[in-house]
This record gives sequence, C-alpha cells and structure tokens, in this order.
Amino acid sequence: MANLLMRIFRGSPKEPGTFAEFEVPVEEGMVVLDALHWIQAHAAPDLAVRWNCKAAKCGSCSAEVNGRPSLTCKTRLSDFDLDEPITVEPMRAFPLVRDLVTDVSWNYEINRSIPPFQPPADTPVEEWRWQQEDIERVQEYRKCIECFLCQDVCHVLRNHEVERPFLGPRFLVRAAGLEMHPIDTADRTGYLKDDGGIGLCNITKCCTEVCPEHIKITDNAIIPLKERVADRYYDPIQMFWRRLRGDRSSAPAAAAPAASDGGDRSS
Amino acid sequence: MISAPDRHPHDVLVIGAGGAGLRAAIEVAALGASVGLVCKSLLGKAHTVMAEGGVAAALGHVDDRDSWQTHFRDTMVGGKMLNNVRMAQLHALEAPARVRELEGWGAVFDRTRDGRILQRPFGGHTHPRLAHVGDRTGLEMIRTLQDRAVAMGIAVYMEHTITHLTTNPSGVTGAFGYRRLDGDAVVFPAKAILLATGGIGKAYEVTSNSWEYSGDGQALALRAGAELIDMEFVQFHPTGMVWPPGVRGLLVTEAVRGEGGILRNSDGERFMWQYLPEDRRHEYAATDEEARTWVEASSASRQTDARRPPELSTRDNVSRAIYTEVREGRGSPHGGVFLDISYLPADHVRRKLPSMYEQFKELAGVDITAGPMEVGPTTHYVMGGIRVDAETGATTVPGLFAAGEVAGGMHGANRLGGNSLSDLLVFGQRAGAGAAARAASIADDPYMNPVQIRAAEEELEAPLSRTGGTDPYRLREQLQATMQSLVGIYRTASDLKDAIARIGDIRHLADDLCVPGGRAFNPGWNLVFELRNLIDISDAIARSALVREESRGAHSRLDFPATEKAWVDRNVVVCRDGETLVVGTSPIPPMPKDVRALAEAGGGA
Repeated sequence: MANLLMRIFRGSPKEPGTFAEFEVPVEEGMVVLDALHWIQAHAAPDLAVRWNCKAAKCGSCSAEVNGRPSLTCKTRLSDFDLDEPITVEPMRAFPLVRDLVTDVSWNYEINRSIPPFQPPADTPVEEWRWQQEDIERVQEYRKCIECFLCQDVCHVLRNHEVERPFLGPRFLVRAAGLEMHPIDTADRTGYLKDDGGIGLCNITKCCTEVCPEHIKITDNAIIPLKERVADRYYDPIQMFWRRLRGDRSSAPAAAAPAASDGGDRSS
Repeated sequence: MISAPDRHPHDVLVIGAGGAGLRAAIEVAALGASVGLVCKSLLGKAHTVMAEGGVAAALGHVDDRDSWQTHFRDTMVGGKMLNNVRMAQLHALEAPARVRELEGWGAVFDRTRDGRILQRPFGGHTHPRLAHVGDRTGLEMIRTLQDRAVAMGIAVYMEHTITHLTTNPSGVTGAFGYRRLDGDAVVFPAKAILLATGGIGKAYEVTSNSWEYSGDGQALALRAGAELIDMEFVQFHPTGMVWPPGVRGLLVTEAVRGEGGILRNSDGERFMWQYLPEDRRHEYAATDEEARTWVEASSASRQTDARRPPELSTRDNVSRAIYTEVREGRGSPHGGVFLDISYLPADHVRRKLPSMYEQFKELAGVDITAGPMEVGPTTHYVMGGIRVDAETGATTVPGLFAAGEVAGGMHGANRLGGNSLSDLLVFGQRAGAGAAARAASIADDPYMNPVQIRAAEEELEAPLSRTGGTDPYRLREQLQATMQSLVGIYRTASDLKDAIARIGDIRHLADDLCVPGGRAFNPGWNLVFELRNLIDISDAIARSALVREESRGAHSRLDFPATEKAWVDRNVVVCRDGETLVVGTSPIPPMPKDVRALAEAGGGA
C-alpha cells in the first residue's frame, strides 16, 4: 500500500511549534491514532500523544485532524484523500503541554463546582423504582466519555472572551444528567444561572456536531436546562419585552458577547 | 536534579484509579483518613471504562431463584476450585450491596419491568445476574465512582507514574514517581499503600488492554517483597476483534453472546456444542430450538426452564474452541470465527449492544445487525496477582494492600465475565478499610529513606542521559512476540523454557535502555519503566506456567492435558530474591465442610 504524508504539530510552551512531516505506510482499516503510533515506534519515540482504549470509549485521544476536532482512534484514514497530507494538531482551547497533548485540568476543576447527586433521605435505595422510559434521557447524558471535544469547539471557551465562569457543554451535560435523574432532589438552577454561566451559551450547536457519542448536547441538555433557569428566574413576559426593546444587558440568557458564528476556528 | 522532589504526604496512597482504586479511595476518605489517588492517565480513563457487559451480583431481580450461594458456586466452578474460598464467598455475599450502593451514588442501570435493576445472562452464571447499562456498564461505574470521589474532595494526582515503593524493616513508607506533564520527580510519603493498578495485557501482542496495563502493581509489589500467586492463569477472552489490524484484540463484549450471539466456523457449523465439557453439558441447551427458546425468554427478561446456549460456556473453554477451529482450518478470512447476532431484530441489537454496533460500524465497516462479526481470542485479564488477605486486602508486606485485578486468588483458574466489576467494588471497599485501619494504627509520620529516593531519581534520569542503547519500543515488541508465541493459550515445557531464556536475554538488554527527548510528556521514557515491569511479570507468568504440570482453567498444557487432583490444593507462588524470581508452590488450606458442599453442589438450575 501507498505511503501517506502526516504533518504533526510538535512543540511546547518552551519551544516554538513546528509541523514535522512523517511518511507513514498505510494499512487497510487504519485510523489516525494507528499512524501516530507508527510514528512513535519508528521515527519519534518522544512524540507526545494521549490515548487509552483505542475504541472510542475513553475519550483520551482528542486532537484536531485537518482542523476538525476528532477522536483520533475512530478517524479512519480511508475518509481522507491520501494524496494530500493529513495534519494533526492539539486541541486549541486548552494550554499546550507538548506536541498533541494539552492541559485539560481546567475541566476537572470546574467539574468540582457542580452540586453533586442528592438522593432523598427518606427512601432507601432498595425501594427505588424507575421505568426504563424514564431514564433513557438521563442515560443519553451519561454516555459522555469526557473527550472534551465539545469544550474545544465551544467558542465561549475557545475564544476566552468572557471573564465569567462557564461550565461549557460537557459540564452542562453532566448537570443535566443530575437535574433530570429520576430521584435527585437538589436544585441546581441558581448554580447554573450564576456559577455555571448557562446564559453564555448561545446555542450554535457546534458541540453537538463534534460529539463522538452523538449526544444532542444543545437540544437535549442545554436548552432544557436554560428553560428550567428561565422558568425559575425570569418572568417570561418581562423577557419578551426586554428582547423587543433590544436591551440585552439585563437578560442573562442572551448576554453572551461571543459572536454567533460557531464555526469560527480561526483564532 | 538539585531541587528536592515535590512531597504529597497522605495516610493512604492509592495507586490506580480504575474501579478498585476509586472504590478504595472513597472508603478511606469515608473513614476519615487522608487519601491520595494516583493514576497514569486522566481520571476516568482507566480500563474499567472498557468493561461492557455488566457487574455480577445475585440480586435476583430477573430470576428470583438466584442467591449468593449460587453465585459463589458458579464462581468456584468457573475458577476450577482454585479460588481463594473466602474471597469468593465475601464477593458473592457483598456484591449486591455494593451494586445498590452505586445506585445510591447516582448510577443509572437499565431497569426491569417492575422498575428494579435489570440483570442479563453471562457465561458460566446459572441465572441472569449482570446489572448493566446497555454495553457501557464500565463507563457508568467509573463515572459514578469518579463523581463520588470528586464530591468527597479526594486528592487526585493524574498522569503520574510511580516507579518505586520505599520501605523500611517495618513495612512500606511511601512511593516515588514522576509527573508526566513536566517530568518532575514526586514523592508520596504514606502510612499505607494500596495497589489497584490492574492487569498485564501489554505483555502480549494481541490484547484488549490499553498501554497502561504493564503489570506495574505486581512488579512494584514483588520488588517490595510481596508474593504473587497463580500467575500462570492469564485469561484469553474468546472474542476480540481480528480485523482491521489496528484494532486487532479490541474487546467484543461477552454480552453479545449473553444476548444470544451464535459462534460459527467457516463451514457454517455451530461448533460450541462439541467443546462443552462432559461434566457440565447438562447445564447447556441440547438443541438449536432450546437455545432459541432461552434467547427469546431472556430478551423479554422472562424466567425459563430452557437451558442456556453453548456459547455461554466459560471463557477458557470458548477461547480454546475458537483457537482450535482456526488452527484446524475452519477460520474466517481474517483468522477468527464468526459471531452472529443479526438474526435478532435490528432495533433490539442496537438497544442492547449500542457500543458494539458503533464499534464495528466505525472501526471495521461492519453492520452487526445485518451480518456476523469476525472474532478471535485476545489477552484480557490475569487471574493471578498479589497474594492478599481476603478480609483486608493486606499483602505479605506490612502496610501494602492490593485490590482488583492486581490482586490474586478471587478468580482461581478462570474468571467469569461480570465478576471483575463486582470484585473491584467488594475488594476495593475492603482493602480501603484495611489500609485506613493500618494507617490509623501508626502514630509517626512516614519517613522515606533519602538513600532510596536518591537511587530512584538516578534510575529515572538514566535512560535520558545514556547515549546509544536499546530502543524500548523494539524491546517491548520482542517481549510481546515471545509471550504471544510461547506462553499463549496452549503451552508446553519446551516452549516455556525457551520463553524464560528469551525473557532473560530481554532483561539483560533492558539494562541499557535509551530514549531521546526530554522529560515533559515523553512516552518513550515512560515506556522504559513499564517495560521493566512487563519483563518481571512475563518472567513470573512463564515460570509459574512451567511449574504447574497440569491443565486447569485458562492454563492449558499440551504436555499435561489432564486436570490433576494433586494440583487443586496448591498455588504456584513467585517472589523475588535480588534480581531473580523464585518460584514454588504453597498448599491451600482445606475448605470447611459446609463450604465445600456448597462449592461442589451439583447441577445447574
């Protein structure tokens, strides 16, 4: 089989980044991560790549392949024109560690701020009864493998345009999973409005597009949460008037300063 | 290296953040001790996340005839009576409470019609017993435990590799390692250390395991003076993907067979009938019709008197069957056999096995609702491991504990599917309590000997400062090829002796490993320390396999094909003497009469 030219970002905060080129022999069924492993084993043993399961179940190997945020373990080489080079870069929303590895610790920090699962104190777990239909939505949120591709593509996070805290799509999905858990008793609407910054999302759906688990992040998680917050904190008629007047400053649901051109990856 | 390494003292240091490590850390924190949790990857990426089929617990929700006693018996039968009896007993007794506890922490399992946790059938289990979430149970479990650990404020040290344990004459004193992100050395003084590092799959070419599973805990324990038992028992899961090459070995969950998947060879023959062991044949369906009746009842979560399909034989047996079919020329185009679930309605298959559907569609271009998968055996799990006390997870080294796959004894000669997730929970909790109790009994702060720390630092730096030497990637390939070809499903004395000699040569070459690049996130450098561990445990596996002159469970000797009574009450034990491994056997105390009666209770349901 033919060889493929791979252009891989190499660098760290201490050294200027460059694109290193490698010729990789292509086998049938190969994915981008296979090509990265070949490079590690044959040409660049110190090439920094994060990966684990190689089966799209752990969400470790996220990177940008020809500009598109992807899991490298499920991005097949056969989906590309192999006469052209394939470019692999680290996720851009997070600080660079080295080569294709970024510092994603911010995600773990913001996750800690979410009020945890709170079951009722008076019903023992042996007596909990739910129907399958009642949990299918929650199970959709719980499919998330924490690849952080949605965080990477979210322009609120990517452009760092806001000083206010914002959970980002991944953790809005987690919050939705807790809020809609059949037996959870906590109320996170106040948290979502203030510390969660849910109003900053202006539903451009870029997150949904890149989700490898096909979670309908915007439609099924973020919008229902926004509705809960709105029901709780904003009188709908007042909101309507504010929108008509074009007064955005006092309406958190529309306060995101980020442009709504969600496809912008040029920054 | 002039500056002293960062220090993170804790009462208990848990190494490994899969199911066992997380559950252990939660227990330590719940008991009020300070706990640090160290893992090689990001939190939530450990191999538990790959567990698909479910967690075994005799809840009796689908078939109320189930009981802990039946679960115990199935585990002992599956383990060919070599299991640590007390572990098997505690496991069967406590698994239901551990599963309900997960639900109490927010896990959302699939439901029965009456709204309770649904259970699915699995190989070697008499009744439907595996609580599950489609085929992503491991993800549900690890996320639930992760959320719980985060809510408790447990200190997590992600992407840290531990290379040494420090000891003094009264036990362990701490751990030494480095931070992947910048490569700086880190020390963790601790009153107790709990190993939960998982398995050894990377010793083989074809494995379902990720890069992390390099026998770290087993090797660290050996070097600290602990004993390993039963290392000859390596589970080759019958169904891994065989194509494309990049995913060869990737797990195809047993839930496919649990949901009714049929194994066929290239002649279209349902070959498992002829591989059922005679003494267990009565537990399996006799005809296609009976198997079909069972599948239909099981799909509808109904009790049935039909017996289970032959594909649900134990893993050791199914693996040997597939291996034999392929070797005798009845394999599929890419060297496996066919596994077919496409005779069931497509939407049912997609609902029950969503991640298998995606996995085959995305990675192999195969629609499993329309045609068969190609599958073959893949190195999956090690039954053997660090010798531990059943009640507390204490190893033979004071202050050193172990839980989960890294510990030995629970599964005997062969593990039943679904029993690993329950093992992680039951013994994670117990070892966490054991380690917390040990820490509480020690008044003084642990003192890590600076001479040991200095030696560890020098060893850490060495492969980066050498010029010219052995490439760790090449050397690992050599080791994997040796294990795959000589210490695989079928073994002989001559192959094993050959393997031991080759591993000796590899060990010698590993003294001279050399990698380019710096300290920051350098995978070649990290591989040096993993390779050292892989060499130790490969050596332990090969030597143990040579000593056990019989076939039992996952250990099949062509030169000793019979299961021998003389070997049922003996563990093969490995310990370390300087730079060499010493192998011997140790007697297993006789089972109490009532327990033996339970374990040997005849017949299935």
